[in-house]
Amino acid sequence: MALTENTRERRVRASLAPWLKGVLVALGSVSITMLGLLFVTFVIGRVMPIDPVLAIVGERASQSTYDAVYEQLGLDKPLLVQFLYYLWDVLHGDFGMSLLNARPVSEDIARVFPATLELATLGTLIGVLLGVPLGVIAAVRRGSWIDQIARVVALVGYSMPIFWLGLMGLLVFYGVLGWVGGPGRLDIFYQDIVPSRTGMILIDSAIAGDWGVFRNAFSHIILPATLLGYYSLAYISRMTRSFMLEQMSAEYVTTARVKGMSERQVIWGHAFRNIRVQLITVIALSYANLLEGSVLTEIIFSWPGIGSYITTALLSADMNAVLGGTVVVGLIFICLNLFSDLLYRVFDPRSK
Amino acid sequence: MNLLDVENLWVKFPTRQGVVEAVRGISFSLGRERLGIVGESGSGKSMTGRAILRLIRPPGMIEADRIALEGQNLLDLSEKDMRTVRGERISMVMQDPKFSLNPVMRVGDQIMEAYLLHNKVGKAEARKRSLEMLDAVSIRDPERVMRAYPHEVSGGMGQRIMIAMMLIPNPQILIADEPTSALDVSVQRQVLNIMDDLVKQRGMGLIFISHDLNLVSEFCDRVLIMYAGRIVEVCDADKLHQATHPYTRGLLNSLPRLDQPRAKLEVLSRDPAWSEAPSVGGRA
Repeated sequence: MALTENTRERRVRASLAPWLKGVLVALGSVSITMLGLLFVTFVIGRVMPIDPVLAIVGERASQSTYDAVYEQLGLDKPLLVQFLYYLWDVLHGDFGMSLLNARPVSEDIARVFPATLELATLGTLIGVLLGVPLGVIAAVRRGSWIDQIARVVALVGYSMPIFWLGLMGLLVFYGVLGWVGGPGRLDIFYQDIVPSRTGMILIDSAIAGDWGVFRNAFSHIILPATLLGYYSLAYISRMTRSFMLEQMSAEYVTTARVKGMSERQVIWGHAFRNIRVQLITVIALSYANLLEGSVLTEIIFSWPGIGSYITTALLSADMNAVLGGTVVVGLIFICLNLFSDLLYRVFDPRSK
Repeated sequence: MNLLDVENLWVKFPTRQGVVEAVRGISFSLGRERLGIVGESGSGKSMTGRAILRLIRPPGMIEADRIALEGQNLLDLSEKDMRTVRGERISMVMQDPKFSLNPVMRVGDQIMEAYLLHNKVGKAEARKRSLEMLDAVSIRDPERVMRAYPHEVSGGMGQRIMIAMMLIPNPQILIADEPTSALDVSVQRQVLNIMDDLVKQRGMGLIFISHDLNLVSEFCDRVLIMYAGRIVEVCDADKLHQATHPYTRGLLNSLPRLDQPRAKLEVLSRDPAWSEAPSVGGRA
């Protein structure tokens, strides 16, 4: 009895150990990457020919005021010491004060990031839900009219500048047809009705059960989200097509046909299973791209997201805001990479 | 009645340079016997096997007066009806289990799927049958292999899994397309013996496609020799060494033999007339 208990325990430990090790290795590599990212952004921020003191005190301040602020910002200390202070603050969620509005950068980011997250998520959903089936069908019916249409759709998606499509979209669907809401996230009389829990208005209004706000928010988000979705669709459908073409000529597909499976079962039950890993990479990349904040889209649609936030901060030399935004975007990239790595393990038995 | 009757089978691929004819009007029949098809690469032997299952993908075309399975012309069937022929009545084992098994599916799921496609039974029953089938192909630890992924099994084991998967719906005909060419010499025999035993036990017809004359003469009853899409000679397997066609003779003479050692092996020289000569009938 004692012996079996012992072996069982050992077996549990043996099966847990590689899993735990994997997580630790992943966490370790994430921390190192984050540290590197923080260091690089910090150094770039400090070596830029921008005087953060001047930005605060103004040009006409006296030398003593200047010196006081200089000391207050810790600029008299060696660069490495400054970095350690910065690191300490960041680890406590403190990105410093924005020079522009004298508010904590972390609060600003907490406000603008959900707007980008909402837009990017919806855009990616559109891109995946339409792009993947389109790519699969284009591959399976290679050379057919549907393949040709998919090719043209993707080509237009690749080559049309988004600001033009955005403006045209606004002109046609908002200006002329009035089918969708205009720029901004909500009409003015819908603003500040539902309490902000997640910062994503669609979700907040759904939680509050206020469907009037939900509908209004949806009419505002659908056009920019479709636009972004179109761009990710172009990329995702092309990649899906080429992944599927490779799999459809594989021998195991013939095996599935020999078994007597229908073409649909062959495609979705066998071939598609084999492109999931590659597809995850493509989708994660395109999602990360949108999460970074697509500046042009955000500006055209007056969308208060992280892309336009960082750009505005950069143009007004608000380095704390720029650094904070960069770190957040970097963190998202790293997390998405980690997440797709984890999904690999689920979908590809060979990676274990 | 013969199990399978093939009459004037052509396989054509239209290309920009014109139509390529991979198989050019061959006729043969298959009873409850082991029929070998031998030929060099590009002789059309694999295409013949795939054409019987109607697995030539467009733009490739299959043309034939008839491909009759127990009197039923397969060319008249709809694609949907053809699916009940594939797997259930005619099955095929391919060259390399590394590629012919789905890499991201468990072996057990792939075998069970083959059974469930043609039998309306529950998963538990399919699982039981799969375990029995793995046992029948001499896999020692079927429970473990059911849970394994294809990359976790050896080539010889993979091919035995493939055989189990293809025989589980109990087909009447098995087409083995170079089933041992990708395997280690040391396990080739073992795999072939297992396949041979199962085919005999079940009274099936076997089409054994290979480029290996010795293997074919050993494991088959009758042999078709194909060259450039045509059958150039038909003979009983045990009389293969008395074959008369210069192509067959050339193939035989290019192989080293233990009982008749030679200092120099012959090089096969091809005569363009061979590919022009009409096909020899392969009917038993």
